Amino acid sequence: MIKHLYKFITLLSGLICLQSASAAPVSEITLYSARKEALIQPLLTQFTQQTGISVNLLTAKADALLKRLSSEGMNSPADILLTTDAGRLYRAKAAGVTQAFDSSLLHSLIPASYRDPENHWYGLSLRFRPILYVKGKLDPAELSTYEALADSKWKHRICIRSSGNIYNQSLVASLIASNGTAATEQWAKSLVANLARPPKGGDRDQIKAAAAGQCDIAIANTYYLAGMLNSGQPDQVAAAKKMAVFWPNQAGRGAHVNISGAALTKASKNRANAIKLIEFLASDASQQWYAETNGEYPVRRDIPVSATLKNWGEFKTDDLNLSQLGTLNGEALMLMDRAGWK
Amino acid sequence: MRYLSYWSISATAIALLLAAPVLVIVANIFVPAGDVWAHLAATVLQDYVINSLLLMVGVTLGSCFLGVGTAWLVAMTQFPGRKLFEWALLLPLAIPAYIIAYTYTGMLDFAGPLQTALRELTGWGYGDYWFPEIRSIEGAAIMLALVLYPYVYLMARTAFIGQSLCVLDVSRSLGNGPWRTFFTVALPLARPAIIAGLSLVLMETLADYGTVQYFGISTFTTGIFRTWYGLDNAPAAAQLAAILLLFVFVLVTLERISRQRARYHDTSRRHQELRRYQLRGINKWLASLFCSGTLLLGFLLPAGQLLIWALTTAGEMLDTQFFSLLLHSLGLATAAAVLALITALLLAYARRLQPIAPIRYAVRISSMGYAIPGTVIAVGVIIPLGWLDNAIDSIMRSQFDISTGLIFSGTLFALLFAYLVRFLTVSLHAVETGLERITPSMDEAARSMSYTPLDILRKIHIPMLRGSLLTALLLVFVDVLKELPATLILRPFNFNTLAVRAYELAADERLADSSTAALAIVLAGILPVILLSYSLSRSRHEDTTGN
Repeated sequence: MIKHLYKFITLLSGLICLQSASAAPVSEITLYSARKEALIQPLLTQFTQQTGISVNLLTAKADALLKRLSSEGMNSPADILLTTDAGRLYRAKAAGVTQAFDSSLLHSLIPASYRDPENHWYGLSLRFRPILYVKGKLDPAELSTYEALADSKWKHRICIRSSGNIYNQSLVASLIASNGTAATEQWAKSLVANLARPPKGGDRDQIKAAAAGQCDIAIANTYYLAGMLNSGQPDQVAAAKKMAVFWPNQAGRGAHVNISGAALTKASKNRANAIKLIEFLASDASQQWYAETNGEYPVRRDIPVSATLKNWGEFKTDDLNLSQLGTLNGEALMLMDRAGWK
Repeated sequence: MRYLSYWSISATAIALLLAAPVLVIVANIFVPAGDVWAHLAATVLQDYVINSLLLMVGVTLGSCFLGVGTAWLVAMTQFPGRKLFEWALLLPLAIPAYIIAYTYTGMLDFAGPLQTALRELTGWGYGDYWFPEIRSIEGAAIMLALVLYPYVYLMARTAFIGQSLCVLDVSRSLGNGPWRTFFTVALPLARPAIIAGLSLVLMETLADYGTVQYFGISTFTTGIFRTWYGLDNAPAAAQLAAILLLFVFVLVTLERISRQRARYHDTSRRHQELRRYQLRGINKWLASLFCSGTLLLGFLLPAGQLLIWALTTAGEMLDTQFFSLLLHSLGLATAAAVLALITALLLAYARRLQPIAPIRYAVRISSMGYAIPGTVIAVGVIIPLGWLDNAIDSIMRSQFDISTGLIFSGTLFALLFAYLVRFLTVSLHAVETGLERITPSMDEAARSMSYTPLDILRKIHIPMLRGSLLTALLLVFVDVLKELPATLILRPFNFNTLAVRAYELAADERLADSSTAALAIVLAGILPVILLSYSLSRSRHEDTTGN
C-alpha cells in the first residue's frame, strides 16, 4: 500500500511540474471568459490562424473570474475579461481590475450606448429579452409593453425564470431606470401574481412550458429560441415553432437589451495583442459568427443577421447606457426579493 | 514519546493549513456588510433556513430508508440477485446530483414526454389532472437521496458485515426473528456507521447548488450566490456561508457525541462464515424488488436517459479534446484521492495516539469544508494564495529584483488543495470509522512488544483497515470526478475536465449535447466502484478464513 502511495506522489509532482514548465511561445495572450468554451473557442482558433498569436483560455462564471482576477492582482496572467452581461463589466471596472484603451476602430464600429463612456469595455454581441407568445393563443395586438404584463388579464398566463438570473435582474434594472423604484416594485408584485407557476428552470424551460400549454407568454432571451429552432431535436424544434416573438415598448424606449463584451485588464502585459483580439471579435466575420452560431445579434448594425433572426423582424432597442444595468443591479434584486419573486 | 509529539505536531499543522480557507470565510463576520442584513431578514432569510432544514429532513428520510434497507438485505439475507446488487447499489454515486435532476426533469416535467403522452392519450390540458411536480422541494430531496444514499449504504453494510456474528447468533438463539434482531441488535450496533454516512449525505445536501438552483428552491446555498452575484455583497455572502458553517458545526458535533456515547469495538475476531437469513416465497422477491427499484431510479433510468441523449449527439461531442478531458479528470481524481487518504490517515491516527483537545479541534475544523459550496471554498483558497503569491513576489522584487509572479495561484496545486479542503471529511470518516472498530487493546499489545506507532500503523492497522482505506479512496475519487464549482474557478487556463464540459453545455441548456461528457463521468466512476466492491467482499472472505 505504502509503496503504491509513493508512486502516486511521484506521478502527482510530475504532473504539477509539467504544468508549470510548459514553455511560453513568443506571442500569447490570456483570456478569462464568462462565455462558455463552445461559444468562444472557434473564434480564438481563427484569430490564432490569422495572427500567429496564441490565446490561453479560462472559462468560468463572471463573478468567480472577477474574484480570481482581483486576488491575482498585478501578477495576473489575464489580458482580457469577457463577460456575458453589462453588469459584470461595470463591476470589473468598479473593482479597479480593468484599464481604459482607445481604439479608433472599435469607436467607429460599436455604437456609444454599447461601450463604456471611459473606454474600459466594449460590447461585442447583443442579447435581447422580448416577450414570446404562443401563436394562436392570443392576438399580438393584446401585447404592448413590459409594463403592461402587470395587467390582471394575464393572471396565471406568464412564465419567467427565477430572479436569481442575471437577465431578469438586468430587465428589472432597466425598468427602474425608466420608471423609478416604487412603480417597478408595484409592477414586479403584479407580475408575480400573474405567473402561471413558481419560477423554475432556465429560459428554454419557459419556452417549453408555454409550448406545452402551461402558460401563454414566456419571457426569454431570443438566442435560446434560436438555439431550440436549430437544435436538430424534434421535440425542441416543435416547441420553438409554436412560439412567436413580440418586441415590446416599440412606441416608447424600445426592447430591453444586454450585451456580452470585453474589457482590457489592468494587469495586462500584452496590451497591443490583447486589443488586436478585441478588435478581431468586432470584425465582420466574428460578428456574423455570433448570429449564425448562437443566435445573438451583432453589436454592429451594418452586419446582416441570420435567417432565423431576420424572421423576427426589425425593432426598436432601448438605448439606455448599459452601465446603468450595473449600478441598478443590487436595487433590482432587493426589489424582486420584496415582491416575492423567487 | 518524542515520536508521538512529532506526529501530533505535524497533524495539527496540516489540519490548520486545511482549515485556512474556512477561517478566511469565517473572518468575514467582522467585515461590515451594510444594511443588507435588514433586507435579508425582512424578505428571504426565513425561506433559506426553512427550505434548507426541510431538504435535510427529506434527504435524511430518503437516504436512510434506501441506504440502511438495502445494506441490511445485501449483508444479512439471501435473495435472488444479491451478489449483483452488492456492488451495483453503489453505482448512483457516480452520477452528479445536478445531472440526475436534469434527466428526471427531462422525463417528468409538464413539457416532458411522459406528461405529453398522457395529455395526448386523454385529451387533458393544463390544470385538468394532478401529477407530482418534480421541481419541488420534495423532488429535490428525492433526487439528492437517490444519488447520496450509497454513503449510508456503504458504511451501514460494512458495519453489518463487521458485526460479530456471535452477537447476532445470541439474538437468534433468544428467539428473535430477523426483524427483531435488526431493530434491537444490528441497527443500534451499526448506528455510529449509519450516522457517519448520513452526516456526509447531509453535508453534501447543504453544499448542493446545481439541483436546488435548477428547481427554483431558495436555500442557504442559492442565497449565498444571490447575495454575492446579485447584490454584489461578498461580505454578506460570506456571512451567510458562516451561518451555514454553524449548521455544519452542530451536525458534526452531534455526530461526534453520538459516536462517543456508542463506541463499539469488535472484541472477537472469531467470525464464522456468514449465515444469511434465507428469504423465502414472496419475501425474497420483495427484497429483489426493493433493491432493483432503488437501482433503477438511482442509476438505470438517469443513465439510460443520458445514453439516449448521447447517442444522438456523441458524433459531434467526441472530438479530439475529449480524450484529454478524460485524462485530466482521472488524473485529478486519482491524485486528490491519494492525497486525501494520506492526510486522513495522518490526522485520524494522530487523534488515536493523542486524543488531546488541540488536535481534536483542528481536525474538526479542517473537516468542515465538505458542507460548504465548492465556489465558496474556492474563494477561500484564492484569497490567501493570491496574497501569498503577491507577498513573495514583492519581497523578491525588492530584495533580489526578481519577479516570481504567481507561484501557487492558477496551478493544479491550488486545485488539489481545494479538493483536499473540500473532500478530506469523506476519507477521514471512512478511516476513522474503520479505526474505531479496531480495539485499542490491540495497539497496547503491540506497543508492549515495543512497536513504534508507525510500525503499528503499517503492520497492524493498515492491513486490517484495507476495506476502509479503499472506501476512502473511492469516495474521494468519485467526488472529485463530479466536482464542478471549485474546478471551474481554480483550474489553470487551457485545462478542462469532463465535469466542466458537461456543465458548460448543460448551463447553456443544451442537455443532449452535455450528455456525452456526463455519461463519461458516470462510466469513469463505475470502474473503481466495481473494484471496491470486489475488494471489500474479498477482504471479508480473508477475515473469515484467515487465522
